[in-house]
Amino acid sequence: MSAYGVLLFHNSSSAMQAEAVLMRAGLKVKLVPTPRHLSSDCGVALRFDWESNTEIDTLLAKHRVDVAGAYPLDRK
Amino acid sequence: MIYLDNAATSWPKPPEVLRAMADFLECSGGNPGRSGHRLSVAAARVMYNAREAVAELFNVPDPLRVIFAPNVTYALNLVLRGLLKAGDQVVTTSMEHNSVMRPLRAWQASGGGLKVVRCSREGRLDIECLRATVNPGTRLVVVTHASNVTGNLMPLAEIAAIAHRAGALLLVDAAQTAGVVPIDQPAQGIDFLAFTGHKGMQGPPGTGGLVLGEAVDAAQLQPLIRGGTGSGSEFEEQPEMLPDKYESGTPNGVGIAGLGAGVRYVLNRGVAAVRAHEVELTGLLLAGLRGIPGVTIYGPGSAAEMTAVVSCCLVGHSVSEVGERLDEEFGILTRVGLHCAPAAHKTIGTFPDGTIRLAPGPFTSQSDIHQILRAIEVIARS
Repeated sequence: MSAYGVLLFHNSSSAMQAEAVLMRAGLKVKLVPTPRHLSSDCGVALRFDWESNTEIDTLLAKHRVDVAGAYPLDRK
Repeated sequence: MIYLDNAATSWPKPPEVLRAMADFLECSGGNPGRSGHRLSVAAARVMYNAREAVAELFNVPDPLRVIFAPNVTYALNLVLRGLLKAGDQVVTTSMEHNSVMRPLRAWQASGGGLKVVRCSREGRLDIECLRATVNPGTRLVVVTHASNVTGNLMPLAEIAAIAHRAGALLLVDAAQTAGVVPIDQPAQGIDFLAFTGHKGMQGPPGTGGLVLGEAVDAAQLQPLIRGGTGSGSEFEEQPEMLPDKYESGTPNGVGIAGLGAGVRYVLNRGVAAVRAHEVELTGLLLAGLRGIPGVTIYGPGSAAEMTAVVSCCLVGHSVSEVGERLDEEFGILTRVGLHCAPAAHKTIGTFPDGTIRLAPGPFTSQSDIHQILRAIEVIARS
């Protein structure tokens, strides 16, 4: 199972919004350049611990953050 | 020097605004939302933080419904030119600034429907007259939250109720009130809230924007300009997502950094505290002016009904003479004339000469007010 996942967004404002919402909830997230094998409208993606996937889903839905998708990221 | 022209632009700015602007250029100078590198991300974060601060100031639940623009005039034009279609009726008041009146007169000249509700000589809106004018054919009601000439605060809740009952949307010009009068966008039923950043919000010139209420369907509002947004770059069509749809081109990041810091300053001090300070100063100003022979005060004449904007004239002295003498002899900076609001001056009976406008701000002291009163007394006796 992957250690990390990345959230992709349609625009950077949504990425910043997700970062703010999740960091405020005490989750460990980091804005990273969008991995090249994943297509995205927006240059930045938000890396997170895959085990928090469900909690993150709930939080982002609650704050109505527009997310383009969540993908597991294999650790190199 | 005493600065009493805060209704034109606020001065001085809180020191944190200057710091935030320098920091932006030094530490986050990338192009927000365009690249994935650290300077671009840092800039995007500054922009987002400013959006959150503005959303908090107006109690807006979704920060992405805060659209940044170069100024409030742009925001007002965005709604007036992006929403209205042939056959629509617009209702406004006779106290509006030219930032509303000029686009609406152009709309009218192109065949659009426009009704202007006449306000009283004290600048008050007759709510019954508004009620009788707004009908199911009305698409949009446009009102200033407070007059930039007399400070009159408009009864937003009642206006929103009248507009919504007729199925119309409400556009509020909050140029004079954002940051100095509490605004709760959802509770007050404001569909479009147009604000400027460089007055009560304590930001720099070149900043402003528009808040889209939850009832507004963005598909109904066309952007004023289209172009690069950093998003949906594979498409040659403008994206529909917010705020990108209305924010084409590289934004004024340095200005918005300053705006975010200005709004944080206001939030920390408290809008209610700023308002209380300004009501106190306005009360002092009104009471003092009433004691000077030859002074005529315009507007409601009661601090609770107005922002810190006092218009007056001095018998036997032109407004330009008074403005020049206040500056040259006393170091007091005011704005005299028509204040880009000919309709308002016609309403209160001061067209075309205009008035002397005294506009204290959050950094004005009681001693400043005593000095301006003394100066006007000296001029009145000369």
